[in-house]
Amino acid sequence: MAVSKPMEGGTEDLPTLPNLETRSSASPEPKPNGREQTTLGLPPDVLLDIHRRMLLLRRMEERIGQLYAMGEIGGFCHLYIGQEAVAVGMERATRPDDPVITAYRCHAHMVVRGAAPEQVIGELLGKAQGVSQGKGGSMHMFDPARNFYGGHGIVGAQVPLGTGIAFALKYRKTDRVCVTYFGDGAISQGQVAEAFNMAALWNLPIVYVVENNQYGMGTAVDRASAISELHRRGESFGIPGREVDGMDPVAVEQAGQVALEHARSGQGPMLLEMKTYRYRGHSMSDPALYRSREEVQRVREERDPISRVADLLVQSGVVNAEGLKVVDREIRAQVMEAVTAAQAMPEADPTGLLSDIYADGS
Amino acid sequence: MREISVREAIRDAMAEEMRRDESVFLMGEEVAEYEGAYKVSQGLLKEFGPERVVDTPITEAGFAGVGVGAAMMGLRPIVEFMTWNFAMQAVDQIVNSAAKTRYMSGGLLGLPIVFRGPNGVASQVAAQHSQDYGAWYAHVPGLKVVAPFDAADAKGLLTAAIRDPDPVVFLEHELLYGESGQVPDGEHVAELGRARIVRPGRDVTLVGWSRGVSLALDAAAELAEQGIDAEVIDLRSLRPLDRATLLGSVQRTHRIVSVEEGWPSCGVGAEIMATIVAAAFDALDAPPQRVSGADVPMPYAAHLEALALPLSETVVRVAREVCYTDV
Repeated sequence: MAVSKPMEGGTEDLPTLPNLETRSSASPEPKPNGREQTTLGLPPDVLLDIHRRMLLLRRMEERIGQLYAMGEIGGFCHLYIGQEAVAVGMERATRPDDPVITAYRCHAHMVVRGAAPEQVIGELLGKAQGVSQGKGGSMHMFDPARNFYGGHGIVGAQVPLGTGIAFALKYRKTDRVCVTYFGDGAISQGQVAEAFNMAALWNLPIVYVVENNQYGMGTAVDRASAISELHRRGESFGIPGREVDGMDPVAVEQAGQVALEHARSGQGPMLLEMKTYRYRGHSMSDPALYRSREEVQRVREERDPISRVADLLVQSGVVNAEGLKVVDREIRAQVMEAVTAAQAMPEADPTGLLSDIYADGS
Repeated sequence: MREISVREAIRDAMAEEMRRDESVFLMGEEVAEYEGAYKVSQGLLKEFGPERVVDTPITEAGFAGVGVGAAMMGLRPIVEFMTWNFAMQAVDQIVNSAAKTRYMSGGLLGLPIVFRGPNGVASQVAAQHSQDYGAWYAHVPGLKVVAPFDAADAKGLLTAAIRDPDPVVFLEHELLYGESGQVPDGEHVAELGRARIVRPGRDVTLVGWSRGVSLALDAAAELAEQGIDAEVIDLRSLRPLDRATLLGSVQRTHRIVSVEEGWPSCGVGAEIMATIVAAAFDALDAPPQRVSGADVPMPYAAHLEALALPLSETVVRVAREVCYTDV
């Protein structure tokens, strides 16, 4: 495994990716026929799928926020609202057998991988049929059957873990690639640099995705990182990086495809910096006094990934405003059903307190 | 049976398991081309190649995490720390990732991984390179903590650790690597979590692990000349702790002395004392006592270092005290 290869450095040698903004502005003509290609070059059913998936995450997290406020969810709870384009875009680029790992903001990643929302919500409610039987909570959810490996609470620690998953993929001589997510705050952890070095040294099949939502808890990126272009933080290891509009699910998907192909073809790791934004505080207890309401409002109005795709769907005549409302009603109903199902689950079993510490059940 | 060193026994256990199961691999600093900083992995690179005997950069937190990630995918990593002192850099991955993931995932994700390397005191290497971490890891639910004394256990317990479905912290001892002992021919697997009575006796129980067993055995030989028949127990496993064997012994001897290189405060000896006092108070004929390293960072100068180490002479003295022979 200790075979190093020359790495391509920098970002210049990768093709420029189009994004929603530039491409949608080039398309003034609505297409009344929904079967036609949109101005993005994507079939309408693909855009509809992206819209639905993002909206499900949004409505689920909003409802989870309400349940937290009502005292039904305890502890730490980090919502994904605003960042939906990253999880959905990357999931569309990823093969189902590609392993995925992330930190504690993990509800959305669980659901895009295919976990049932009621299992995620059940875990938050501390129920027996929660994905972790009530032992993990918001930050610790796993679904190895769908190649999702958590759900980790120590900032940056999942990055060596994902690198180890990639090590195993190469050891087994597979063509799978591990997608390892972390936040802008994590990028300054020593473990992350250590992992980057080994991934490049051993040419491991891994795509690092830094979800740069602009704030590590309450600290803005430029107050925490000596350079604010986080996609360059792999340069000293020869890891090529690129900046992506993380509020554009199509740009995310296309960047993901490039990076996954790069890793899958044996060229080693790549680092994608998703420029995204969270609308809520770092966690439920954070009033986000470190930024202005105007800043949040501006991002919501100008860059919201769901609104952008919805606008495009309307502009291109795939659906009208009423059609979007129907979709929203369906998804709200789906979330309510999941909440109702989760609330009906029995409480986590007290005997579970002492099980699953070791493989023999003890 | 054949006589080999502890060092060779550890190497043989790894080599045999790597032959048996291709998901087993070894990673760490200097394990491949250098054949181990303490020459424990001699011959492994030649036999198994660089994909399974992996030299890492000096990056303990990183490669411990890489090992845990590989274990998530069903590989069986053996992660060598050049010494356990350096594993302090990696304690987050050992405790937060390796030990807790099975529980946090409601049993969905187990981690078959061994962390191993030399632990305990070494010779005149001062405070940062001479420390016993037994109590640190024995504190953690989700870990199994094993500390072999002789060559047969080094092989048998490491083989069991590699086959175990849970994370195992395997504490070797630099000062024991060169000690030789009889090891059964062929496959030899010991059971994790069982202490062993190394020397039966009637008058007092001496319990140690790793090099502490050596001190206890020397003390028992000296005590025998003074007419005291000591029983010596090799704990072998610090977690789980074989409380039944300890309690059974104290029911017979009514006296107990623990021996460890680590600091006394919140040490393994403290856990043994608490176990005995809580469950066998009425069997005791004397207060249970600990012999441990001094409660100081390890000094460098040889004469100072000697004052900080547990010695067999100290074990003899304390054993005589609990037998009330010096009263």
